[in-house]
Amino acid sequence: MSTTKLVDARGLSCPQPALMTQQTIKKMSQGTVEVLVDSGTARENVSRLAKNAGWSIDIKVQSDGSCRIILKK
Amino acid sequence: MSVVSRLLTSRWGPVITGIAVGILAPLLVFWGNPGNMGVCVVCFTRDIAGALGLHRAGVVQYIRPEIIGFVLGAMVAALAFREFKPRTGSAPLVRFLLGMFAVFGALVFLGCPWRAYLRLAGGDLSAIFGILGLVAGIGLGILFLRMGFSLGRDRPAPQALGWVMPVIMVILLVLLVVEPKFGRDAEGNLVGPIFFSTSGPGSQHAPLIISLVVGLFIGFLGQRSRFCTVGAVRDAILLRDSRLLFGVIALIVAAFVTNLALGQFHAGFADQPVAHTNQWWNFGGMVLAGLAFTLAGGCPGRQLFLTGEGNADSAMFISGMLVGAGIAHTYNMTASAAGPGIYSQFIVIAGIVICAIIGLTMREAKA
Repeated sequence: MSTTKLVDARGLSCPQPALMTQQTIKKMSQGTVEVLVDSGTARENVSRLAKNAGWSIDIKVQSDGSCRIILKK
Repeated sequence: MSVVSRLLTSRWGPVITGIAVGILAPLLVFWGNPGNMGVCVVCFTRDIAGALGLHRAGVVQYIRPEIIGFVLGAMVAALAFREFKPRTGSAPLVRFLLGMFAVFGALVFLGCPWRAYLRLAGGDLSAIFGILGLVAGIGLGILFLRMGFSLGRDRPAPQALGWVMPVIMVILLVLLVVEPKFGRDAEGNLVGPIFFSTSGPGSQHAPLIISLVVGLFIGFLGQRSRFCTVGAVRDAILLRDSRLLFGVIALIVAAFVTNLALGQFHAGFADQPVAHTNQWWNFGGMVLAGLAFTLAGGCPGRQLFLTGEGNADSAMFISGMLVGAGIAHTYNMTASAAGPGIYSQFIVIAGIVICAIIGLTMREAKA
């Protein structure tokens, strides 16, 4: 059974969004992680980190301008 | 335009920015800036503090157009690519303090991370100890980040708040061009502020328009590429992400080559421009600076770029740097070419202790 975890990194400054994502995916061999971010820098950093760790990513822009990054493995 | 933006936000963005800084900074020295000080965010902020009369060290007073350019160039990029999003609320007071302590540390080494790399690229081997200190300070910051340190979340702010620092930068530009004299001496003669050094590093500067254009260009590149001279080391250690680190390496290599071409490379410890050879305090000063920059989320250049995006918390950090520079020179806490004084040694140790307390105690408050 796959698990879905939520990481809410909105409003946090570097490197916390990427660090929180790293700490979450480190504990998971597979599953789905949803990361909420609201800056371009955080979106790029989280996406790069996830890709480097072998996770696929799908970015959905929310109506308020923030992003929901869905990581899957 | 979108092709340029995609390139700058890609893996190559920091490298392109690093090469641009590495070429332009030595050229600024060639055109008149102090030795190995084509760009030094801390030194230049200190010079602005002096020009405004926040300290009276007569040799380091000038409104540096590069700083104005960094903020306004980043603002243009942020506006053009819809990233001008005013924000505030992430422990502004602590960020102000971190800005002060970062400057206290950097002024004992005599340079921010930008200048540490540029000093090395100019052959100043004492910079190695500063860079080692910087890495150690960033390492301490990473330790606190791993333990849960956070300055909390910021939130969207009114558009007007984001414009405050850019407007202040425009006012600084007007003061630079107009050179008003607000003060009077005992005989009633006009004296500064605004102060401009007539000797020493503050009197050495490239032509205004060149410095401003270079600043605008680097500000634009820096905002798009997220260039950060502290994040480079931090991300490489903490996240095993070398994107920013390659930018710093590119900066050092490009500056080294440009210095060689301009005849500005002089390897050695002694007789380096605006530097001292007390390596313990070169190291110690940058431990403090590295720690403070890491806790605040980025190097002073990055803080200027974020200010250009309308980030009022970064603007508080810059304000702390400005006030800190005034305090450091007024209270004799900076180093000079002769080395650090007793108060500089005190403030480095006190600063590391205070930043460690900040690192251990600041956590995200649960609602």
